[in-house]
Amino acid sequence: MPLLNVLFFGFAALAVVGGTWLVLTPRVLHAALALLLTLLSVAAIFVLWGADVAAVAQLMAYVGGVLVLTLFGIMLSPGGRGGPASDAVNRLSGWALGALTFAGLAYVLHGAGFERLPWRPGAAVPIIAHAGSVVETGTGLLTTAVLPVEIVSILLLIALIAAATIATDPSDR
Amino acid sequence: MLYLSSLLFALGLVAVITRRNAIVVLMGIELLFNAANLNFIYFAPADPLHQGRLWVLLVMALAAAEAAVALAIVLRVARLTGSPNLDR
Repeated sequence: MPLLNVLFFGFAALAVVGGTWLVLTPRVLHAALALLLTLLSVAAIFVLWGADVAAVAQLMAYVGGVLVLTLFGIMLSPGGRGGPASDAVNRLSGWALGALTFAGLAYVLHGAGFERLPWRPGAAVPIIAHAGSVVETGTGLLTTAVLPVEIVSILLLIALIAAATIATDPSDR
Repeated sequence: MLYLSSLLFALGLVAVITRRNAIVVLMGIELLFNAANLNFIYFAPADPLHQGRLWVLLVMALAAAEAAVALAIVLRVARLTGSPNLDR
């Protein structure tokens, strides 16, 4: 088995372990650590599949931003000892729904057979980025996708201002 | 790759449905976003401009905005009710 495949399956296993740990652990801080494991593994998989910029953005935006924000949320929220999951009936139905979703998606993927499509010979094998991947993404961000980037940046600004406003205690004003 | 993505999606769905703490529910939503991003990366070579690798960045920005606003709301509600759990 090629080295890239070994790496891919290793990181995929790590991501799944992190996700499972997130679902199962009773404590919120452990769930945050599990999410960290999953996010780092997904960033590594991005590199393996030729998306360098996305991997760096994953590290900066998710691990550096969202996860730290979540940790602050855990520390600031009162009574944050995590608590158990929901009742047994709800938990069972949730797991059943999740298993059903995965089974359905896997069935559809197996039937679709994307590996056989002409644009992706040997699609089960990860590809390391060719040299122009970063240049390509940067050019794309400033040409074909410049309007979505601007819209998203304005939306992010509005959302952050709104978050600061919502989180302020009215008695402090 | 696509099986990994659907497995992460299912796990995120389970986290959203079964967990009682609102912050863990938000983490489950991040898992869902990551599953979608994996699909973008996988299908990017189908496009000659490889735009999938570019839209991933926009999805991440949206996820950051969502996390900021949702955490602010959770903090306010948790301060009112004294607990971040969803069933209080």
